[in-house]
Amino acid sequence: MRAALRVVCEIGVTAGVVLLMFCAYLLWGTGSYTERHQRVLQQQFEQEIHEKNGKRSLGRIRLGSALALLRIPRLGPDYTFAIVEGVDAEALREGPGHYPGTALPGQTGNFVVSGHRTTYLAPFNRIGELRRGDDIVVDTHEARYTYRVTRKEVVLPTRLDVIAPVPGHPSEPPSKALITLTTCNPMYSASERLIVHGVLADRERRT
Amino acid sequence: MYGFIWRRLPGGTAARLVVFLLLIGIAAGLLWYVVFPWLAPRVPVDQPW
Repeated sequence: MRAALRVVCEIGVTAGVVLLMFCAYLLWGTGSYTERHQRVLQQQFEQEIHEKNGKRSLGRIRLGSALALLRIPRLGPDYTFAIVEGVDAEALREGPGHYPGTALPGQTGNFVVSGHRTTYLAPFNRIGELRRGDDIVVDTHEARYTYRVTRKEVVLPTRLDVIAPVPGHPSEPPSKALITLTTCNPMYSASERLIVHGVLADRERRT
Repeated sequence: MYGFIWRRLPGGTAARLVVFLLLIGIAAGLLWYVVFPWLAPRVPVDQPW
């Protein structure tokens, strides 16, 4: 009886330690995967811009390569993430992802980007700190687009209209180029979404 | 469980301790580099879409 109880205790404590380790892995271990991929993606992207200077056409996005570089000065001068295409678990492990079917950078409509809040290098961990008027800079092969933050909101995951071409009005045709960043809220949970909206303020073509 | 493993290990206390820690290290490594990476995308934590 005593021996059996001890085995149960030992298994329980072991399971607890393993669970703690898994939490630590989610928070810090997953980042190394993203870091590896981001390094390659960003290097590749810079190189492509260098090589094909000005000779690229819109819409040519190779699968598995970055779609754009995202910079947010408010979150630090070194804040740079390569945006990948897709928002499935696999894509978001590599970095923030462009929601397929939504507008591309600079296009009229809503350019929607989703990113992890706490795991996989947590690219969107601090987007809650953005204020109205802050810059969100998106570098593509063709141009640099600067969006300005207009508003933030916290919504339920079911509120799909926040990613509509005109956020909040799914049936209206878009007239402006917008950006929408989405991530999990509160931190460590997925019960709500933190949404940051912005509007295109400046476009600078690459020469 | 741990007592059973301990008793099955050869050598004196020092040698047992080394092997024991090595086993724990291997188990932790397997979890961190093999099991957790496989499990992480399957756990509905922090999925922002």
